[in-house]
Amino acid sequence: MLYRENGQFKTTYRADQQIFPITQDRLFIGALLLVAFAAVPWLATDYFFNAILIPFLIFSLAAVGVNILVGYCGQISLGSGAFMAVGAYGAYNFMVRVPGMPLLVALILGGLCATLFGILFGLPSLRVKGLYLAVTTLAAQFFSDWMFLRISWLTNDSASGSVSVSNLQVFGLPLDSSLGKYFFCLSLLVVIALLAKNLVRGAIGREWMAIRDMDVAAAVIGIRPVYAKLSAFAVSSFIIGVAGALWAFVYLGTWEPAAFSVDQSFRLLFMVIIGGMGSIMGSFFGAGFIVILPIALSLSLPVLARLLGVSISTAGISHAELMVFGGLIVWFLIVEPHGLARLWSIGKQKLRLWPFPH
Amino acid sequence: MAFFLETLLGGLMAGMLYSLVALGFVLIFKASGVFNFAQGAMVLFAALAMARFSEWIPAWTGLPYKPLTDLLAFIVAALIMFVVAWLIERLALRHLVNQEATTLLMATLGIAYFMEGLGQSIFGDSIYKIDIGMPKDPVFILDKVFPGGLLVNKEDLIAAAIAATLVALLSLFFQETATGRALRAVADDHQAAQSIGIPLNRIWVIVWCVAGVVALVAGMIWGSKLGVQFSLSTVALRALPVVILGGLTSVPGAIVGGLIIGVGEKLSEVYLGPFVGGGIEIWFAYVLALVFLLFRPQGLFGEKIIDRV
Repeated sequence: MLYRENGQFKTTYRADQQIFPITQDRLFIGALLLVAFAAVPWLATDYFFNAILIPFLIFSLAAVGVNILVGYCGQISLGSGAFMAVGAYGAYNFMVRVPGMPLLVALILGGLCATLFGILFGLPSLRVKGLYLAVTTLAAQFFSDWMFLRISWLTNDSASGSVSVSNLQVFGLPLDSSLGKYFFCLSLLVVIALLAKNLVRGAIGREWMAIRDMDVAAAVIGIRPVYAKLSAFAVSSFIIGVAGALWAFVYLGTWEPAAFSVDQSFRLLFMVIIGGMGSIMGSFFGAGFIVILPIALSLSLPVLARLLGVSISTAGISHAELMVFGGLIVWFLIVEPHGLARLWSIGKQKLRLWPFPH
Repeated sequence: MAFFLETLLGGLMAGMLYSLVALGFVLIFKASGVFNFAQGAMVLFAALAMARFSEWIPAWTGLPYKPLTDLLAFIVAALIMFVVAWLIERLALRHLVNQEATTLLMATLGIAYFMEGLGQSIFGDSIYKIDIGMPKDPVFILDKVFPGGLLVNKEDLIAAAIAATLVALLSLFFQETATGRALRAVADDHQAAQSIGIPLNRIWVIVWCVAGVVALVAGMIWGSKLGVQFSLSTVALRALPVVILGGLTSVPGAIVGGLIIGVGEKLSEVYLGPFVGGGIEIWFAYVLALVFLLFRPQGLFGEKIIDRV
């Protein structure tokens, strides 16, 4: 009853092609944005910003990027961490080498570096498919790990590959408070997610999905696999690159190549799987889940251990975290292989009939 | 020339060890279509069990004879791997039948995380030693042919011999036993195998058990070379290019791929590394595999997949 679309007539093509054709959806998204932009800054504390909200926003952005490649185009990638790294170090290089470089431009240029890198390592996808491709994308990961550790020019000749940025400014405003960082990440995320949403529901997105569902059939009906696959790699690595640059600049401040290790790639893939493949909404769910889970575990496990009368060491907590994390992933895959986004749509489906069961 | 041959030999030895880990991947992929990312975690888990039980068993039972306690530790570790295999099939894989390959891949990643956590919380997370009495001293061979001879590590030779024996045993198992035939039947066609009365679930347990034992042997050898610690689970990442180079479904492919990757890695590190700053082994192996794949997308010995609309 609550979520009912009868009576909402569309009389123009424009109205029919909106992103959210149902009024309740529009209201909900509007309310969500209002909360994110107006209410959260009042309510959240510094810890909340730095530990949860900012990582969540940045990871959501990265997950949107990974989802375009993995969820929409079906090219499994285990090298997303490398695209983040290229974005971060690319932006860093533009930042330190070009005097007076605005942050926003540096981020975009970093994203473009990641795009080039992504296209280069996307080339094998034209020949190699499926699991083979998943493994070969690791080549990008290990290559970038090595590149930023050994080629000192890329890290401005710092010894360990560790670099830092300071005095960030956006349009003349200093970016040093957590509130400012939050707004910056949020605005970027909203803009890019909107662009991504429009891309995936347009012609190019449909090409990606056709390639994902069956590439041979897609080629037969006139979709060029080369163009579709490489454009997916390009768009996805651009978004992941921007996210990587944000992660390094805004969240970390000082970072080294290990911040973008293969673990990061796995984590991004988990976000997409748990959130829901082929769903922009799912990327947010997945990112939220992965960001909150370790914090929740590290808070709850010691309490739980004390209740059971055993003491648990820090190492024990990290092992338990690994176990819970792994167990949850398997459990999720068994119970809901389509991810949290599917639960969301089931919820909406139920709301259509609520309070009646049928 | 002698230096080149030494490098080549070293590469072949290292390649043999990669093959061992790669074998685990291939066995499981062949029989169940699961790309088992948990192979590295299994190697770590098995090596940890072996290392700790070879300490604990003498302490508990007071047996003084070292080879006997090592053998006991090996058997206990193998039994543990059997239990792990059974649990993985029972708790995870059974519920994921008929899911897409990506889902299964993710599930094994989850299993990998779980096993890394479990292994370290049961067996501890320091660096442990496995000492199965492998001689560590290098030997010189062919000193008639080359001045000074070729320097070869005895440990590597033994490890390569063990690996070769294991591969021979596995091929015998696959070719000559009824279970082996059933395994190959399942690998060819799940449904056809099931329709002639081959129990799929049991076959999967057996395959994971075999992969567990292979992981144990691999973990034992790697562990006695490098010590048993968390980084052992990254050995799997070193072995992945081997699998894709050889083809996911081919046991000989794992061996040949291992040798090629091993040699390629060492030669590139020695002859190419100095020009670009060194440490290129890992990505070079991947790029090598990638280049091979561009010419044969199914790997050297993999089955050619023909797509039809």
